[in-house]
Amino acid sequence: MTSEEIYEKLKPIIKIYLPDDISANEINKSSDLTRELNINSSHLVDIILDIEDVFDIEFKNEDMEKMRNVNDAIALIQQKVSK
Amino acid sequence: MKKRVVITGLGVVAPNGVGIPDFSEAIKNGVSGIAFFPELRDLNFSCQLGAQPSISEEKKREYLSDLQLRNFNSSGILYGVIAGMDALKDAKLEPAKQEDEPLWDLGIIFGTGTSGVEKFREAIYRIDAKNVRRLGSTSVAQTMTSGVSAYLGGLIGAGNMVTANSSACATGTEALLMGYEHIANGKAQYMLCGSASDHGPYIWGGFDAMKVTTYKYNDSPNKVAGPMSSDASGFVPGSGAGAYLLESLESAKERGATIYAEILGGAVNNGGQRNGGSMSAPNSAAVQKCIKDALLEAKVSGSDIDYINGHLTATIKDPDEIENWAIALNRKGGKFPYINSLKGMVGHCLAASGSVEIVSAILQVHEGFIFPNVNCEHLHPKITSLIASEKIPKKLHKKSLQTIAKASFGFGDVNACAIFKKI
Repeated sequence: MTSEEIYEKLKPIIKIYLPDDISANEINKSSDLTRELNINSSHLVDIILDIEDVFDIEFKNEDMEKMRNVNDAIALIQQKVSK
Repeated sequence: MKKRVVITGLGVVAPNGVGIPDFSEAIKNGVSGIAFFPELRDLNFSCQLGAQPSISEEKKREYLSDLQLRNFNSSGILYGVIAGMDALKDAKLEPAKQEDEPLWDLGIIFGTGTSGVEKFREAIYRIDAKNVRRLGSTSVAQTMTSGVSAYLGGLIGAGNMVTANSSACATGTEALLMGYEHIANGKAQYMLCGSASDHGPYIWGGFDAMKVTTYKYNDSPNKVAGPMSSDASGFVPGSGAGAYLLESLESAKERGATIYAEILGGAVNNGGQRNGGSMSAPNSAAVQKCIKDALLEAKVSGSDIDYINGHLTATIKDPDEIENWAIALNRKGGKFPYINSLKGMVGHCLAASGSVEIVSAILQVHEGFIFPNVNCEHLHPKITSLIASEKIPKKLHKKSLQTIAKASFGFGDVNACAIFKKI
């Protein structure tokens, strides 16, 4: 799966957790999930569960710590789906 | 010098009406919210009747965002949020804006018995399947006792005390009195108080097992013998939420708010599970003391009470409750005040019973009516030996009321009594 394909599937997942004052257009690959997109940090675990469902993969605790921005998520997903 | 406290907003999510206009209409007309639930039959419940409010998906979305409703599975929080936000709106108060400071003078006391049982069940299944990581972020907020107050606190931006009390079926009445004290002592200007209870088999099952619910009317939910009836054979479990916005009298006057009633005072006590009192039964001496203490605190005498909103559950304890009122007020026969019980229409809403019933009591004192007691054509003989039957209206009775009393009693031998006055 290319990183572009992953990104297209990832965007709608992230969109669900955006606060009211952030629009989906503001999502880009370098967006920091909590600092720039203002996603409540407690929702990061929900984003990970949704990613697991969509991509049929499983994250480890260490993986979660690495996921700061959209690019991190894409890289982690790519690593897991290629296994 | 204690501040005077009034009620300036109401909200209700009841099995027979959601929102004040529908609920008010329903109680005047004796509309029942009790229904047969096939799910309870399939689960082998003795009592297959229940009472739960009807909330559309559209209505949910008026109060909670798509994100808040994601993996949302707590009926009590939904009911509490709707009732609480409605009470705030009814009082014409606005939540704090996102960028503003919290409302330091607005607090919340919103109680429950147990919160989010369905969400809890969902979590327990996942945990037992060794899948705790799949709980996501929503389990804690939806199963904590303070769930309703926490959701409301965020929606409103409340900055004073935001907490949840829990005293079984007295929870709603106790919440009101705690909020009253807080304002009377000058610690807040507004207190949003109330209580909520989940619906469904996981909350009702324990009562079914104790045989305190009725098994006799599964085929005729509209005929369940009501409170004070000679045929009363147990209650129908209910659910929902009631909420009231309490405010200091000076604040209400200053902003020209609609004042539903003044809270003159009240009392909360415990029978100590002594002298007839137990985990599930009241100590009558404590009930009488609670009512008398409430009168003292409110600075009124038993003869001032025009109307009683009873706890009266349709169990064998109803005649004892009437006797306790008669002794505490020192009034009997034709001198006894009017009395009714909402439980004939909405069942026993458990932790929400006190608050839903307080809303019904406040509407009666504000508008001047007494709602009908339903399905109690044949009154219990011990009750008619204590008080005149015309004091238990079976039809809507238009009557101006000045001073009224509401009491709630609950497991753990808890008692709470509040006195209200028209203003």
